[in-house]
Amino acid sequence: MNVTVSNLVKTYPSGHRRATDNISLSVEDGEFLVLVGPSGCGKTTLLRMVAGLETPDSGTVTIGGRDVTALPARERGLSMVFQSYAIFPHLKVRQNIGFGLTMRKVPPAEWSSRVQRAAELLDLGDYLDRYPAQLSGGQRQRVAVARAIVVDADVLLMDEPLSNLDALLRMQFRAELKKIVGRLGTTTLYVTHDQAEAMSLGDRVAVMRDGTIAQLGTPMQVYAEPAEQFVGGFLGAPPMNFFPALVREGRLVVDDVAFDGAPDGWEDRKVLVGIRAENVGVDGDIPGEVEVAEPTGATTLLTVRWAGGELKVQTASGFTGSSVGLTFPPSALRFFDPDTSLALH
Amino acid sequence: MLGKRWVVQLLCVLVSLFMAVPIYLIALAAFTSREALNQFPLPLLPTSLSGETMGTFLRSTGIVGGLINSVTIGLSTVVLALAIGLPAGYALARYAFRGKDVYQLGLLLTRALPIVVLSVPLGRTFLDLGLYDTSYGVTLLHTALALPTTILITSAIFLGVSHEQEEAAMIFGATPLAAFVRVVLPQALPGIAASALFTFVLSWNEVLGASILTLGRRTLPAQLLATLADSPLAFRFAGGLALVLPALIFILIVRRYLLNMWGTTLR
Repeated sequence: MNVTVSNLVKTYPSGHRRATDNISLSVEDGEFLVLVGPSGCGKTTLLRMVAGLETPDSGTVTIGGRDVTALPARERGLSMVFQSYAIFPHLKVRQNIGFGLTMRKVPPAEWSSRVQRAAELLDLGDYLDRYPAQLSGGQRQRVAVARAIVVDADVLLMDEPLSNLDALLRMQFRAELKKIVGRLGTTTLYVTHDQAEAMSLGDRVAVMRDGTIAQLGTPMQVYAEPAEQFVGGFLGAPPMNFFPALVREGRLVVDDVAFDGAPDGWEDRKVLVGIRAENVGVDGDIPGEVEVAEPTGATTLLTVRWAGGELKVQTASGFTGSSVGLTFPPSALRFFDPDTSLALH
Repeated sequence: MLGKRWVVQLLCVLVSLFMAVPIYLIALAAFTSREALNQFPLPLLPTSLSGETMGTFLRSTGIVGGLINSVTIGLSTVVLALAIGLPAGYALARYAFRGKDVYQLGLLLTRALPIVVLSVPLGRTFLDLGLYDTSYGVTLLHTALALPTTILITSAIFLGVSHEQEEAAMIFGATPLAAFVRVVLPQALPGIAASALFTFVLSWNEVLGASILTLGRRTLPAQLLATLADSPLAFRFAGGLALVLPALIFILIVRRYLLNMWGTTLR
């Protein structure tokens, strides 16, 4: 089922600005779409309006072509994983997973077999008769996911489901989640503030800021071709490097350094240059001084001071030395209008 | 460290004795024959037990009736206070509404007026309404007295159940009412029970209002207050025990819920 939201506006009574500002978005059938952004960008509000837990001030939500804007959550045919898990502490794992089936009055035989299947899919087979209090955080999260997938809903919503897990567990479960959801093929709308999660899970990623969608595209698109400075600075670890440069005679001039790759039609104007850390070469002739070298195992992350200020450079591991000769491959340079922060085309 | 523990233990014993010794003495006196009660020095161990005083006391007029009245009014108060207080507590816990803080403060202010001040207008109003000297009238008064605590306790309990759980229930097909009944209520039940018993004890112990609003249909404390002042000493002990014992039983039941009462430990 595809999910379409059009012109959604929501202002909270206590807030002075819009939580979501006229957002339109379409999730294709079977697609895994991630909403990512800093806290307060409206991503959770958007998800909750799709879920039917918040009422939009204006705009519509349609699921599978049906306008559900006025329908309560229970009639929207969707399922959800909450940030706090929101599993029921007074029910055993079995009843927790089967809650949706109980509410749908599924016959007992089918109920048990479906609960069993979901539990096994999430390695919970041995814990069905325990109470949530007897489970670890990771296991509780599995219960929440099992409860969400057992109902076989048309649309699966996830609100930062991994944010309460520790780093190692998060990595493991992320891969597992991708596998499970991929196998089910359910249309999924996933909210996170973690850009790595967004990149690794999403078929498409919607980067949000201040209640609007800054950019929507495949993970590689939004990573490599950020539509505005904010997107480049938000996605990726380390974030994209930015420095101002002057375009003169087809070259980029930073202080007393000049190099190729200037955008067309921007002659004699200032431009904001963006480049990913892994794209900066260290075999060139633009002088830079290494301030910090952080080996991360597979690579070494350098903090380099050069004419344009501070620059993060990701280079092969084993790098040593206190100065580098930088190069900026023209194909890796991205340009932004310094006034609007929007990408130049 | 060890010394500090000893001090705490000692204090616990002292406090317990402070509470328990009078109760023991009253019980002892209530079950001692009238002759033995007049001995000097009075034996502190149960040497001459007799059910005579207690038997006479229970047979005297108005006692059993008062007991029945007290229980009826107590239970009705619990039901009524919960019927009104639960939704109010839920609203306080879940919704932001205009005047919420004022409302919460107002709840406490209702207890600021002593019942003595209210007694004359209350009696007057109840006479006019034809509620004077009815169990229903006393129930209304006790409900009004119990509501602030019921509302504040239950709202604390409901705060302890995360709203996301209710939302999850609704996502998975529950109506708001079903979500409340299936998810919130089972978790809030111990706290609600504690609040109910609290209300019951309040109603059981309330004397002044019940005395003012009734004449024939007295609750047990009101009845005792009216009659015991003129009774022989032995019966006062019997009456005291009759008042203390039910309250004591309730406290024993409440005890394991007391921690829950403030929404601190829901599990």
